Amino acid sequence: MIFEEFINYYNYFITLFLMSSGLYIVVARGNMVKKLVGLGLFQTSVYLLYLSPGKILGGTPPILAEGYEVYSNPLPHVLILTAIVVGVATLGLGLALVVRIHEAYGTIEEDEIFSKGDDLQEEDNKNSTLPGDAK
Amino acid sequence: MSASVSSLSPAILNLIEHLPALQVAIPMLGAAFVAMMRNGLLAWFVSLIISLLMPIIALFLLHETFVNGIVSYALGGWAPPVGIEYRVDVANAFVLVIVSVMAAITLPYARKVVALEIAEENRSWFYSMYLLCLCGLLGIAITGDAFNAFVFLEVSSLSTYAMIAMGRDRRALVAAYQYLIMGTIGATLYVVGVGLLYVMTGTLNFADMAVRLKEIEETRPILAALSFITVGLSLKIALFPLHKWLPNAYAYSPTMATVFLASTATKVAIYLLIRFVYTIYGPSLELVETSAVTVFVILSLAAMFIASFAACFQKNIERMLAFSSVAQIGYITLGISFAVKTGLTGGLVHLVNHAFMKGALFMCTGAMMMRLGNVKLQAVEGIGRTMPITMGLFVAAGLSLIGVPGTVGFVSKWYLALAAFETGQSWLAFAIMASSFIAVVYIGRIVEIAYFREPKGAALLAKDPPPSMILPMIILVVACFYFGIQADLTAKTAELAADAFLSSAQGTWGAVQ
Amino acid sequence: MFNVDELLLLTIFIPLIGGVGIALLGRYPNIRECITLITAIILWTQVVNVYDYFQGGIIPKAGPYEVLPGLELAFNVEPLGMLFAFIASTLWIINSIYSIGYMRGNNEPRQTNFYICFAVSLFGVMGIAFSANLFTLFLFYEVLTLATYPLVTHKADENAKKGGRIYLMILLGTSMLLLLPAIIWTGALAGTLDFVPGGILQDKAPYAVLVLLSLLFMFGIGKAALMPFHFWLPAAMVAPTPVSALLHAVAVVKAGVFSVVKIVVYIFGIDLLAETGSADWLLYAAGFTVIVASLVALRQDNLKKRLAYSTVSQLSYVILAAAILTPISAVGAAMHIAAHAISKITLFFAAGSIYTAAHKTEISQLDGIGWKMPITMAAFTIGALSMIGVPPTAGFLGKWFMLQGAVSTQQWVAVGVIVLSTLLNTAYFLPIIYRAFLVPPKETGDHGEAPLPILIAISLTALGTILLFIFPDAALDLAKQMVGL
Repeated sequence: MIFEEFINYYNYFITLFLMSSGLYIVVARGNMVKKLVGLGLFQTSVYLLYLSPGKILGGTPPILAEGYEVYSNPLPHVLILTAIVVGVATLGLGLALVVRIHEAYGTIEEDEIFSKGDDLQEEDNKNSTLPGDAK
Repeated sequence: MSASVSSLSPAILNLIEHLPALQVAIPMLGAAFVAMMRNGLLAWFVSLIISLLMPIIALFLLHETFVNGIVSYALGGWAPPVGIEYRVDVANAFVLVIVSVMAAITLPYARKVVALEIAEENRSWFYSMYLLCLCGLLGIAITGDAFNAFVFLEVSSLSTYAMIAMGRDRRALVAAYQYLIMGTIGATLYVVGVGLLYVMTGTLNFADMAVRLKEIEETRPILAALSFITVGLSLKIALFPLHKWLPNAYAYSPTMATVFLASTATKVAIYLLIRFVYTIYGPSLELVETSAVTVFVILSLAAMFIASFAACFQKNIERMLAFSSVAQIGYITLGISFAVKTGLTGGLVHLVNHAFMKGALFMCTGAMMMRLGNVKLQAVEGIGRTMPITMGLFVAAGLSLIGVPGTVGFVSKWYLALAAFETGQSWLAFAIMASSFIAVVYIGRIVEIAYFREPKGAALLAKDPPPSMILPMIILVVACFYFGIQADLTAKTAELAADAFLSSAQGTWGAVQ
Repeated sequence: MFNVDELLLLTIFIPLIGGVGIALLGRYPNIRECITLITAIILWTQVVNVYDYFQGGIIPKAGPYEVLPGLELAFNVEPLGMLFAFIASTLWIINSIYSIGYMRGNNEPRQTNFYICFAVSLFGVMGIAFSANLFTLFLFYEVLTLATYPLVTHKADENAKKGGRIYLMILLGTSMLLLLPAIIWTGALAGTLDFVPGGILQDKAPYAVLVLLSLLFMFGIGKAALMPFHFWLPAAMVAPTPVSALLHAVAVVKAGVFSVVKIVVYIFGIDLLAETGSADWLLYAAGFTVIVASLVALRQDNLKKRLAYSTVSQLSYVILAAAILTPISAVGAAMHIAAHAISKITLFFAAGSIYTAAHKTEISQLDGIGWKMPITMAAFTIGALSMIGVPPTAGFLGKWFMLQGAVSTQQWVAVGVIVLSTLLNTAYFLPIIYRAFLVPPKETGDHGEAPLPILIAISLTALGTILLFIFPDAALDLAKQMVGL
């Protein structure tokens, strides 16, 4: 029974698997390029989420022609084309930023960047030597 | 169309009909146009013209919604729900006005700071990014299509990342990168939610979706979609505890970007969230009974207190203001979660009020940054004497942030606390007051440092910025006080917008014509 | 030239206009101080003008100007406000003369700022006095708080900063955390915030809510200095003496007790409170403050601090009188507002005069000073007698009506507090006079009297203290009109 459910909805399970692994990579990796890979995976999983329900079993590509009555839904494809463009742009911008970060810091490991005394959270709080603030 | 309009020539009439599209298209085309320029000043000028044009269109649309209710525009002539619909009611128009007015006030201020902070060869790129961001923000507010909203969300986000990365030092790069990761996760979660809704309803059109959601049973994917969308947008809103990206992004980005983003970006995401919760889910879910409301109240309170406390301990004014922004967002989301007219009005009016006061505060801080090189607390010692106008305006806007009566901050607090009493949650009113009192501490700290210490170093030579920067600051500060005494324009529009949201929650946003 | 209603608005805005004038011409000290004086005099004539109309049966009104639905700015004239405005505007003239002498005599820095903030404070006071609803009152209440903050921190040193911090935290804190919720709650319950004779809360709220509201209101008005929210008053004494004199002995604290009386009379209504007993606690809180503040005053060696604690205790007299909840004691409250104003300003003037002439701030340094500064110390004596309540000084009147009210309703606690505190007043004022005149001086510093403007001012207020006792009719009429006697 459960197995049958699994088979019926296997496309969603794949989506879910890709989504969680992508998100996990983003959270768990300190390497900025790897993070972007995870982010890409995360975004790609969404493409599947949209595309798979659009397919109708036995349907043809949505081109009007004699003798074919059942078409797959074309809208998700259009949407996902847009989403892919967005994804590419994000990835491109992200990689460009990583290149710049590498130039500026000489590393793309997050913990190394923070350990250079440039920790974004702590930076301003470090030199807290205001004369009147001790009180 | 009203009588006065119908006397105009057909060409203009035609133009007026296409205003919703122009609202988005002009900055988008402008961005491409500006990107090709090599002269920073020219790029600024074109951006200025476009930014000044936007409020005119937005105000016209607002007026239309006052007269005609909902303005629907089929993009490219494709009829909704299949085609993309731009659907403007008072609520959208209200947000459009906020964003475009803030843009128009920011641009005159921008020339000097951008010239100072951004290298000549990058300036036109910067303005191009700004226009794209403006286009994205306006697009989110105007569109009636869930996926289109996602695209605009990403347009605005990507351009924002680029703007932040142009910041003063290398930390801006890391801040931009962090925001990119967080922002993309948020946007993707949103699009997952939209995908689930699309699977269940077969439509992406907001109005259509609301109707169809009511027809089908309340199923798990629909609730899952709500939570995906809420979490995704909360990341964009910087709702506590998803706010980590915001302080860095605001503190290290170029001054002009900070001013613009702080007063507009999160506001638009909040609008989108309200649109989903009220208009789309409103008719089918009992808003007040969902446990999501409790979660929202708790998170809002946490934002109001924890972020305010955090603001008290910052050693850098920009970061302090950024944390204060997180706290102020808590007020807005609290107002939304009351789910009554007064509360929603309070939240919405705080959108515009907060834009005024945070815009003014960040502008003043930018002026200090320009003169002092940084805005750490040591740097601003004694500048009350050397930069009297800047600091005076800072204090005035700060009073508004505190919510002193006669300022816009008070108007927001009034509505929120009234809503708390009306819904029988008196304790929330006290919580609102208590958290606004924390603002006294962090603004007072700056006042003490700026006025009671002797200036030294750069502060000795500092002087007030040129008039092109002072004037926008004065406009915003005057707005902070004017709309605190005479809140007709803001509060009544916010009330109408709240009405629009609430009636749409009754399912009257309507099916597609 | 103006109709009555415009006249009222003009009266409120005169100090603000004067402030702008001072700001524009601040670089010429003589002109600047002329403007201050002229503004004060014009204000006074306008207030008298308004008073004439008012006694003639015309009630000037301005507004309502809607801020947002349910929230309006509105002004009108009612007896207590008239009294308050009259006191404040009269004393501002005298205080301006005094300020000129004091600020020049002590070579204080940033005098332009000082005069501007002073004028803005008076703007706040006028707004409070003529406010027709709670929101208007609250708005100007905060204007007053914020405009006096730069005055308190005028010296801009570490002490001033600390004092200013306490000042702002307590005054803003109580008003934002307690008073504002109370106002909004009242608005939500009653649907209006207008001051209406007899109150607006009848049958609108259950007993528990009434008690809670009364607590929020009374402690929320931090300016009334009900213990434990009185710390700001001694802290504010770091300010220059003219500020302590007019603002912290008269305008600010009177704004506090004025608000208390107004809320008791026009928001709750005396009858409602008397019937439900929801503000009975106030009698004890006020009585406690009266006694404890007097005891603390006994132990202060710093003259201004002792006067500050005396103010704390005297303010609670007024609250006590309001809390007795009879019309006659409310008259006593109003009279005491007037009497305390004129006597306390005399005492502070004397303190400032001593500081300017002899640079002395502690009571233990005052041995024999009475013979060197006879005018100052004579005025001080008159002020002190008035504080104790000895005829023929103004302080006697207020106490008389209060006692009458307390006895008529047989509230023996109140009677006891008044009697005991009179003894304590004597105990902390008489030693100063004794030292000044009867103890021989330890050192022979060669200082004489203070500068002439100071002496003029101090003589005028001392004279006023006595005149108010002899001719109390105008004030008394207003006080009686308030409660409809």
